[in-house]
Amino acid sequence: MNEKKNREPLFHIVKRGEMPWYKAWGIRAIALIAALVICGIITQAVTGDNPIQVYITMFLGNFGTPRRFWVLLQEMAILLCVSLAMTPAFRMRFWNIGGEGQVMIGCLATAACMICLGNKLPAPLLVICMVIASVGAGAVWGFIPAFFKAKWNTNETLFTLMMNYVAIQIVAFFVIVWESPKGSGKIGIINQQSMAGWFPTIGNNKYLLNIIIVAVITVLMYIYMNYSKHGYELAVVGESEQTARYVGINVSRVIMRTMLLSGAICGLAGLLLVAGTNHTVTTTLAGGRGFTAVMVCWLAKFNPIGMIFTSFLLEFLGNGANQISTRFGLNQSFGDIITGIIIFFIIGSEFFINYRLNFRKKAEEAK
Amino acid sequence: MDKNVAAVSMRGVTKTFGGNVIANDNVSLDIYRGEIAALLGENGSGKTTLMNMLAGIYYPDSGKIFIDGREVVIRSPKDAFALGIGMIHQHFKLVDVLTATENIVLGLKEEGRLDLKAAAQRIQDICEKYGFDLDPQQKVYDMSVSQKQTTEIIKVLYRNADILILDEPTAVLTPQETDKLFDVLRNMKKDGKAIVIITHKLHEVKSLSDRVVILRGGKFIGDVPTAETTTQQMTDMMVGHSVALNIDRPEPVNPKARILVKGLTVKSSDGILKLDDVSFTARSGEILGVAGISGSGQRELLEAIAGLQKVKKGSIKYIADDGKESELVGMSPLDITNLGVALSFVPEDRLGMGLVGNMNLTDNMMLRTFRRGKSLFTDRKVPRDIAQDVVEELEVNTPGLDTPVRRLSGGNVQKILVGREIASAPTVLLTAYAVRGLDINSSYTIYDLINKQKEQGVAVVYVGEDLDVLLELSDRILVLCGGKVSAMLDARKTTKNEVGLMMTSLGGRETDE
Repeated sequence: MNEKKNREPLFHIVKRGEMPWYKAWGIRAIALIAALVICGIITQAVTGDNPIQVYITMFLGNFGTPRRFWVLLQEMAILLCVSLAMTPAFRMRFWNIGGEGQVMIGCLATAACMICLGNKLPAPLLVICMVIASVGAGAVWGFIPAFFKAKWNTNETLFTLMMNYVAIQIVAFFVIVWESPKGSGKIGIINQQSMAGWFPTIGNNKYLLNIIIVAVITVLMYIYMNYSKHGYELAVVGESEQTARYVGINVSRVIMRTMLLSGAICGLAGLLLVAGTNHTVTTTLAGGRGFTAVMVCWLAKFNPIGMIFTSFLLEFLGNGANQISTRFGLNQSFGDIITGIIIFFIIGSEFFINYRLNFRKKAEEAK
Repeated sequence: MDKNVAAVSMRGVTKTFGGNVIANDNVSLDIYRGEIAALLGENGSGKTTLMNMLAGIYYPDSGKIFIDGREVVIRSPKDAFALGIGMIHQHFKLVDVLTATENIVLGLKEEGRLDLKAAAQRIQDICEKYGFDLDPQQKVYDMSVSQKQTTEIIKVLYRNADILILDEPTAVLTPQETDKLFDVLRNMKKDGKAIVIITHKLHEVKSLSDRVVILRGGKFIGDVPTAETTTQQMTDMMVGHSVALNIDRPEPVNPKARILVKGLTVKSSDGILKLDDVSFTARSGEILGVAGISGSGQRELLEAIAGLQKVKKGSIKYIADDGKESELVGMSPLDITNLGVALSFVPEDRLGMGLVGNMNLTDNMMLRTFRRGKSLFTDRKVPRDIAQDVVEELEVNTPGLDTPVRRLSGGNVQKILVGREIASAPTVLLTAYAVRGLDINSSYTIYDLINKQKEQGVAVVYVGEDLDVLLELSDRILVLCGGKVSAMLDARKTTKNEVGLMMTSLGGRETDE
């Protein structure tokens, strides 16, 4: 009898081939359930609150009243809009983390139109000005780092990141310029009486227009990414610049064009934020969506339709966490812990979708 | 040590990937000390996978491995080293900014302080023992491909490996370097080491190995002493049916100057002269072979013609059938296409330049067709049809048209690339190392394809590394040496020796033109 020198390891990590979509979603569902169980145990252990109650509260925080539901949809729409803007850039492997700044500059451009032209132009003309200004401002903000990347191969991650701070400081400056009432340090609601430049409410739902606009953009972006020549070109550039050059794609032009689009949609998100919901500008109006959008994109693997679900998930968790903290008198951090655990499990489940664990066969079985 | 006990014995080894791809199916084979075994098989026959299981990179689904008659479990490359198994991979795994010595000791956990001097001495000893030529202090970025390979081999020997596996070691070497490597391998064999070499080049198998082990479709087909077999027999075993091993060379029909290169000078981005005053003519209906040691300017030459390389001086003229001349220098690939020049280019770097690994067959075909038409949207029907045609005509082995090309084996990837480039009915076809890494069967398919293009009046420029093939396939051979034209030879009259000589020293002899 030969003696084995080593024992066979407990398990091997083996890469999987293609997996049918329902199986992949099954694994994700199991991950979600596992996350809820773990969160439940932690909730019980740390706070002593009933986890089922906590989950119900989370759910009610989103669906409890029609108002909460509309807020959920509105928040989801804005986040989705920013995420859609990131999509073409990310598919091109252009790591645009300047969504925050591009949104802020769009907000500022919208507010500038509302303040300076608000009571001088007829309503339709004013809205057209706002659209052009916000989309244009966002596009310029996206174009600048793309131009430098295309011409001198600068690092787009650092560049776009720095552009965020520039945008925020510019907003801070104008907040003081347009301060109202004087000395308050903020702009306040713009055109509160005349409501000039405010998006109209459709029926009774003041957020509905925003939601419809984002829904249309989602469909357009899906088509752009998957069926347009532009979408194909930017995918080739993202996969391999060498190949792109080899088949005669002008890489610099594609980078600049794509970032114009990316920035423009961010600017549009700024328009929705100011004209559609908030009717004011603050330095924190973008609220970190430029960064959250990165996660939305990655979780959905840059698929615009998948982003509907991932943006819903993140907003659902965020709203739920808020609700828990008020309802149970816990601080905000506890909600964040639960959100963190759930996201960890969802990202972790990707490992099990891509790999399989082969466990050691039992010794008896071998004999 | 008992000579009759196999150094390595694999019994019933099976390995599958992703549940449906069987890389190795119940393979049993033995490797002995003091013997060089050649592992032969077509692309995708599972040679590398099988050896990777010995090297601890993969773990078998089932089957047993014995080393010197003792059953072992190889869980990682570390286990493999502990058992004296070392593998030299096709792609080198060296740190560019470190010296040979530093690379060799990297990852070793020896007691006490790191003593690079002692390590360098040991490396020197190994070099002397087996006849390697290596400066332990040389930085990797300064090394030639062959020196890098030497470093990899010594890295393995330094870890006291006595079972060596080399995965296509000669694919990147010149004939002279190959001879040197073989001398070293023979020395190791004398020293009682067990050596396995994976290769596609049958004449190397004949000259070097003692025994040939043949795999086909992941299965063990047989092993025979090299002395008792012939090239034809080995090929037939590999392919599973009889293959004709000769390359046609039809006489060129009505050759006309198609590409006129004059005084072409190219510098790399860091200012190194890559092409120096190169002039030649490529004619329609003719295959112009380009020979040279790797890095003699072949790549720059093709890329300059294709509009991918900045040209410092000189001109490249395209002469259409009606005699109209167009200057290609200063044009981008898109400009060249817009000019109506049907130029196809099979680049050396298949998945880095010619194809997009993560895209499927259809989308890869679309690289050449997507611009057609004014529509804003892509048309996937045309490329899908092309993909279907290529798959059928070239017998590409793929699960379907929606498979990402990186999942296919090297030969199939190359067939797709060549198929696509030919599908656009070119007048000029540039190919760089079109059969590198391909098995015999696929190689001959590619030669046939190139010959068909020649017969249709295409001007073919064929950059190759296998001189035997260059001599058999080309009509004329342009020999490059250090970026200069060393000779333009008539392939029907010259010899392998002459070409080899011209590759290493400027000859300036012209037997043609």
